[in-house]
Amino acid sequence: MTTENIYAKLLPIVKTYLPEDVNVNAITPESDLTEDLNINSVNLVDIVLDVEDAFDIELENDDIETLRTVNDAIGIIKAKVA
Amino acid sequence: MRNRVVITGLGVVAPNGVSINEFTENIKNGVSGITHFPELEALNFSCQIGGRPIISEEKKRDYFTELQLRNFNSSGIMYGVIAGMDALRDAKIDVDGEDPNWDLGIIFGTGSSGVDKFREAIYKLDEGKVRRLGSTVVVQTMMSGVTAYLTGMTGAANVVTTNSSACATGTEAIIMAYERIANGKAKQVLCGSTNDYGPYIWGGFDALKVMAYKYNNNPTKASRPMSETANGLVPGAGAGAFILESLESAKTRGAKIYAEVLGGAVNSGGQRGEGSMTAPNSIAVQRCIKGAMTDAEVSGADIDYINGHLTATIKDSTEIKNWCAALERSGNDFPYINSLKSMVGHCLAASGSIECVATILQMQHGFVFPSINCEDLHPEIVALIGSDKVPQKKIDTPINIAAKASFGFGDVNACVIFGKYTSKK
Repeated sequence: MTTENIYAKLLPIVKTYLPEDVNVNAITPESDLTEDLNINSVNLVDIVLDVEDAFDIELENDDIETLRTVNDAIGIIKAKVA
Repeated sequence: MRNRVVITGLGVVAPNGVSINEFTENIKNGVSGITHFPELEALNFSCQIGGRPIISEEKKRDYFTELQLRNFNSSGIMYGVIAGMDALRDAKIDVDGEDPNWDLGIIFGTGSSGVDKFREAIYKLDEGKVRRLGSTVVVQTMMSGVTAYLTGMTGAANVVTTNSSACATGTEAIIMAYERIANGKAKQVLCGSTNDYGPYIWGGFDALKVMAYKYNNNPTKASRPMSETANGLVPGAGAGAFILESLESAKTRGAKIYAEVLGGAVNSGGQRGEGSMTAPNSIAVQRCIKGAMTDAEVSGADIDYINGHLTATIKDSTEIKNWCAALERSGNDFPYINSLKSMVGHCLAASGSIECVATILQMQHGFVFPSINCEDLHPEIVALIGSDKVPQKKIDTPINIAAKASFGFGDVNACVIFGKYTSKK
């Protein structure tokens, strides 16, 4: 799976959790989910579950701990999908 | 010196109306919100009917964001938020401030916030999938979920708590808010109560055999408080909400004043004497009503109208007897009395607040709503009070002072006294 494909699939997941005053255009690969996009940190667990469902993978507690940016998510997903 | 406390906002989510206007029209006309539920029939309930507020998807989006509605499955929080936000809007209280609002509190009770959500979580958990619960289980299943949601939506930063005293919860919340403001500890308190809907809430009552089971084919006739053919309670759900405010604050803001909270009392029968887990102790009930009147500085003779607890069980005539004793009035001297449960069923923890909303609306518009389904008034009640004190049709009459009481499992009681607002006291 290419980085572009993963990104395209990841974008709508992240979008779901954006606060109302943050525009979807603000999402970039470098965006820190909580710091830059102002996503409530409690929603990171929901993003993880949505990613698991969308990519048919399972994330470990260690993966979740390293998840900060959109790129982190792409890296974790890439390592998991065959 | 206590501060005077007035009501400046109302909100309601009831089985027969999910806005103040709709609810007002329907209680005037005796419109029942009780319907048959095929799901209760499929689950082998004895009582297959109930009262459920209908909230459209569109209405939900007036109160919640798409993100908040994601994996949302707590009807108790839904009803409480809608009623609560309606009360705030009605009172024209600004909730968009950047800073915490130190003067606004929330006391919003419930019996349970989201049993459906809890059930969902328990299934996943028992499958070993605790990690799949996501972020939404805690806030939607904790008792104080409803106040937690309302706090975020309003910035309330005074007292923020959830009270719980079974079917006395809603009336108790109003009394707690009243005391807080009367004592000068808050200027405004959003108070009320909510109860979620459904078989997992109602099942326990069905098993207790306290529910009406003879009217599954005739739902609107099922809830029969004070009737000789009363057959047990009909379950309901919903929420009622109020803005209580110091008179000074209301005057300064130029707020619309519905009524004044003159006083109230709560107590318990201690489950001693005739009191038990499920039955009230009449001595305690009378003490509670008398205590509320003393607190409000009114006498039994001053009461124009009683909004009863009156659940359509064999205890209805006992309740009337207790009102007669506490007010020292009977026969044709007795005030008007009715039961909202005849139209909406027993909304459990929400009953007190929904019924208090109905009480305030009757005071505001000068009418007593028909207590439906008691055309065959119980002979024990006829022996105590004049039959015309229980309206079969709407009666237009001014109400200056109203009493409302609620009684709950565990032998707990709450009684509040409302007065029409006048500048003098």
